[in-house]
Amino acid sequence: MWPVASLSFLQTPWLALPELVRYLLVLVGQILALTIVVVLCVAFLTYLERKVIGYMQNRIGPNRVGPRGWFQPFADVIKLLVKEVVIPSSANRFLFVIAPLLSIVPALATWAVIPLFPGFAIADIDAGLLYVLALTSLGVYGVILAGWASNSKYALLGAMRSAAQIVAYEIAMGFALVGVLMAGGSLNLGKLVEAQSGGLFSWFWLPLFPLFIVYFVSGVAETNRAPFDVAEGESEIVAGFHVEYSGVAFAIFFLAEYANMILIAALTAVMFWGGWDSPFAGPLLGFLDGTILEVLRLPGIHWLALKIAIFLFCFLWFRATFPRYRYDQIMRLGWKVFIPVTIVWIVIEGAMAALRVGPWNT
Amino acid sequence: MFTTFLFYALSTVLLAAAIGVITARNPVYAALFLILAFVASAVLWLLLEAEFLAIVLVLVYVGAVMVLFLFVVMMLDINVTTMREGFLRYAPVGAIVAGIIVLELAYVIWFRSDGLPVGAQLVPRDGAYSSTEELGKVLYTQYLYPFELAGMLLLLAIVAAILLTMRHRPGLKVQDVAEQVKVQRGDRVRMVQMKSESE
Repeated sequence: MWPVASLSFLQTPWLALPELVRYLLVLVGQILALTIVVVLCVAFLTYLERKVIGYMQNRIGPNRVGPRGWFQPFADVIKLLVKEVVIPSSANRFLFVIAPLLSIVPALATWAVIPLFPGFAIADIDAGLLYVLALTSLGVYGVILAGWASNSKYALLGAMRSAAQIVAYEIAMGFALVGVLMAGGSLNLGKLVEAQSGGLFSWFWLPLFPLFIVYFVSGVAETNRAPFDVAEGESEIVAGFHVEYSGVAFAIFFLAEYANMILIAALTAVMFWGGWDSPFAGPLLGFLDGTILEVLRLPGIHWLALKIAIFLFCFLWFRATFPRYRYDQIMRLGWKVFIPVTIVWIVIEGAMAALRVGPWNT
Repeated sequence: MFTTFLFYALSTVLLAAAIGVITARNPVYAALFLILAFVASAVLWLLLEAEFLAIVLVLVYVGAVMVLFLFVVMMLDINVTTMREGFLRYAPVGAIVAGIIVLELAYVIWFRSDGLPVGAQLVPRDGAYSSTEELGKVLYTQYLYPFELAGMLLLLAIVAAILLTMRHRPGLKVQDVAEQVKVQRGDRVRMVQMKSESE
């Protein structure tokens, strides 16, 4: 522990600071650390996406910048940063500039309530689930305003498609979370994870399997990812809502899309797959206690990271596998399939809770 | 101290946004001002420690209702000058409606609040208190019937809206998805056996 010990001379000035200042410094430090990690994850997710899809299509993917192409995302970032930001002459300047910010802010702010490891979230609030729902529903404004402010027909078409799609899938997502709320008995995400503790088979994916499927697929639709990416729809409307954006403004949209993917993966992991809980924590593997393998049964942030990585891989896998949905099929899936499924499962869940089956057996 | 400052700052934003809603020439700006007003009032509710109401306001009004509003407003081709034509003719009606609302608000604030501590300090609650839970308890016990009635009204509105917009025009080319899914290879492709030919 020598690095910590050598810092001990800082202890006195640190304690001399007023309590409010110390609190704010710690909070800002936590926020900065989490944001930097999320942004770095986004950078390497773009690299991973190109690599994974490359190998699925029997190609190699980027391999020129740095060893095995590891520095490719940084090269991309530098390229986007030095490019000129073109604002169309008849665009609404203020809304055009503010739209990318409106899409990145909710994507990063939602991370505040995600429980990262036992007993810790940056903001451990009681209405965490509602906060998540409220903030994820704000992301659509960036898309709509970008489409409208660009004053371009393709951008407006993309924005309209995206708005209709997000409104449709948000309802299904909200209902799926009602199911989670019923099973966990709390709106606090940390308590939801605690309610699932006890290994793979006590997580909510098992009793809430249809809701898990609905939530994850709706999440793919909400983030405008393939096969639901009609808001971009290269083959029909060029690039959809961000067709007029270039340089840094485009980079921010890009960042928001990938940050939203990571967020949806994290939320799925937290609400249906036990968050930071270990899959081997159940009583079934109790004989491991006392051996070296006991570490496998301990909860921690590594399990959350692993689950997020698995769901992110699914996002990429979907993109490499499925052709783009037709627009009317997307609407049909959202309104006529997912919403009825969630309502039916909420009723079944109510019956299960009344009869004390599944997680309600106490 | 800090709370008072926040209250006045947010109230200023709220009032400015509300004035912006009715004075903005561009309907999209009006809708955006309304969103700002909703967000500012949500934060005001947060100051009152009513976190459930605040977040639900953002979730329902900002996240869903206003998205649809913007959606519609962007599609409309509104000519502001033709809309202002009848201003003087409708002004008296508007003034009467505004007067009634002001009277109602005054009545609620000055007469109905009899005995309620107006302008008193907020009673601080401990961490175990959850306004979500308290609200749920009250809604599902004391105000069950009004709550259910409001739900019925909303359901009625949904059914009415669907009924009004569901017109069956003849000759409409609509895809029947069940029919599409049911198609077998044999329905579309005919395999023929024939000898290979050469010129």
